[in-house]
Amino acid sequence: MSQTSSEAPGALRVTGKARFGDAFFRIIAYSAGLSVLVVLGLMIGTTTRDALPVFEYQGLWSFFTSDEWRAGFSRTEFTGEYGAFSFIYGTLVTSLLAVVIAVPFAIAISLYINRIAPKRLAKPLAYTVELLAAVPSVVFGLWGLLYFGPTYVRPVMELLNSTLAPIPLVGILFEGPIFTTSYFTAGVVLAIMILPIITAITREVTAQVAEDQVQAAYGMGATDWEVMRKVILRGAFPGIVGGTMLGLGRALGETIAVAMLVGGSQRWGLSLFFGGDSMAGHIANTFQDAAPETVLALIAIGVGLFVITVIVNVAARALVWRIGRVAGDAAL
Amino acid sequence: MRTTTRRAAATLAAIALLAAACGGGGLDAEIPTADDAQDTDDTDTSDDGDDGDDGDEADGGTIAGDLVGAGATFVNPVFVDWILDGYQATVNPDANINYQSIGSGGGIEQFLLEQVDFGASERYLRDDTLEEARETRGCDAIQFPIVFGSVTIAFHDEFYDGLILDGTTIGDIFERRITNYNAPAIQALNPDRELRDEDIIPVHRSDGSGTTSVFTTYLDLDDEVEGWTLGNGTEVQWPSGTIGGQGNEGVAAAVQQNPGGLGYLNQAYVLEQGFPQAQVINADGNPVFATLEATTVGAEVAEIPDNFQFDILNIGGDGFPITGTAWVFVWECGYDDTTAALLKDFWSWAVTEGGPQAEALGYAPLGPSLQERVLDAIDRINSAE
Repeated sequence: MSQTSSEAPGALRVTGKARFGDAFFRIIAYSAGLSVLVVLGLMIGTTTRDALPVFEYQGLWSFFTSDEWRAGFSRTEFTGEYGAFSFIYGTLVTSLLAVVIAVPFAIAISLYINRIAPKRLAKPLAYTVELLAAVPSVVFGLWGLLYFGPTYVRPVMELLNSTLAPIPLVGILFEGPIFTTSYFTAGVVLAIMILPIITAITREVTAQVAEDQVQAAYGMGATDWEVMRKVILRGAFPGIVGGTMLGLGRALGETIAVAMLVGGSQRWGLSLFFGGDSMAGHIANTFQDAAPETVLALIAIGVGLFVITVIVNVAARALVWRIGRVAGDAAL
Repeated sequence: MRTTTRRAAATLAAIALLAAACGGGGLDAEIPTADDAQDTDDTDTSDDGDDGDDGDEADGGTIAGDLVGAGATFVNPVFVDWILDGYQATVNPDANINYQSIGSGGGIEQFLLEQVDFGASERYLRDDTLEEARETRGCDAIQFPIVFGSVTIAFHDEFYDGLILDGTTIGDIFERRITNYNAPAIQALNPDRELRDEDIIPVHRSDGSGTTSVFTTYLDLDDEVEGWTLGNGTEVQWPSGTIGGQGNEGVAAAVQQNPGGLGYLNQAYVLEQGFPQAQVINADGNPVFATLEATTVGAEVAEIPDNFQFDILNIGGDGFPITGTAWVFVWECGYDDTTAALLKDFWSWAVTEGGPQAEALGYAPLGPSLQERVLDAIDRINSAE
């Protein structure tokens, strides 16, 4: 700021032809902005157009609530049954599970990196967490399928099954039989996959909580834990919710890793150890060999996934906005 | 400072990756590699090379040109081997054949849309599809069988190797009417075995697949099988309590990792992996292992109509009952001369000379009488103008 003020006003202005630069730049910026809308519009338009006959054939309500999915093999008409509830349920359960597991970890990692870890460890640790985001999801899937799932997740599932299954009501979630590829396995691996994005945002927002408030709390005799809980986390809460929703969005759309780990059964069950299916996973799994009518039904699942993602995002915005109003927009 | 932390981060990451890689090492031995398959073929290939020039059209030299095909994943290993190690390596180095294993559904679709020179599928084209094809191109689509393969039942536990099952029992297991290995129906088929009280976890393909098509076609249409209600196709509506795996690899992993796991797998894959597998009772009441010989026998006893629209069913003798076919689709007209000549030459070569390579990969080639009929069909390429 101070440098420019020392120059004469208007010194940066150019004359003549160069001034067309403004108009030129404006056109480029406009079209870049518009192109996003056009692409999105095209995508919604064409997929919805393709999916419409499926919704008409199956019935919109039935498409979202029926769990009978039977692919047809016709090239010209609809012969199958297309109820996508099993996939919708699986997508929601695995994503929620991932968030439930990842968020506490992300918060703890952020607090550790920001406030507890020695400086020379904090940076490498932060980089390492972010590095997780660079691992391709198919690698996560393969690793989960061949190594992590059977070696680590399955014993955990067996433990939860033997300890929690007898509890009434909650026990339903932990009932056997245990499938190595299940909602739970997919959820745990998804949690690892969304950890970087939630951690990155949580780290940013917890770092932005005003230092004077923190020092004031210490001054009043608060312990480390009290400061983190009552000052930092409270101040950063809206931001953490925002980060969580970003992670949830990513988990909802994650395809290949979930397709490999969720069970691929085209069915749903209440137990977390059930081998289920997910929306994106089912599309990826069956698209290759699908007959034309089933391709349309798969596109309809895509439209359904889009609808659900939009609902989640809108809900997240509303939530962040509301919390922000209540808690003050410290971290927004 | 900045660079040192970067370096530290990189080291940390490298250690993490290394640990993961080492930890996963236990499974390495079980993962098949393309090299394994190809190594065994190399000898066959060089044998073929000597008499490869006997092919129908290749007498005057090689044909330079491109072919693009698409379709079944089931036959991809043998097609790739035929093209790269066989035909292009020894017979016609000027050819450039590109097979895309995009799946049977995609193969049929791209063939009908005339985006590829040939298609391949584990399902033959039905009459209505052939009619549609005729309208598109103005001439007939030709389909002919190219190789046979079996689908076999693999177990998690070595304990069950050789367990005798029949079609009805297999159907009941996959429809969850039988859920335990000590079920009376299984015990009755295995009177000499002490069966354990163990839950069965049936594993099927989660992706649409020709393997599923072969398996369900047998369960649906074979006269010996009773009570199957799920129909047949590349994808069926499996009941709750079963689990899906993506591809043969995914099914294999699920079978290996779930105690009580039982899955159906492409025979070629099982032969390579050495899974414990079931003996399946065929139409003559004989329990048969899915060996290459049993598949070949099955293919030879099958009655194959002139239009090549058939499912291999009701196999008796020493034949393995769950056997399927891969078909190749080509057109009767509309190719330019080079493409047509190359198509004829390649497929004639594959039919007459490709047998040993197919067998090395676990597929049963066409028998002698069927070869003649398929060569006649190949001759029809571009014959209608």
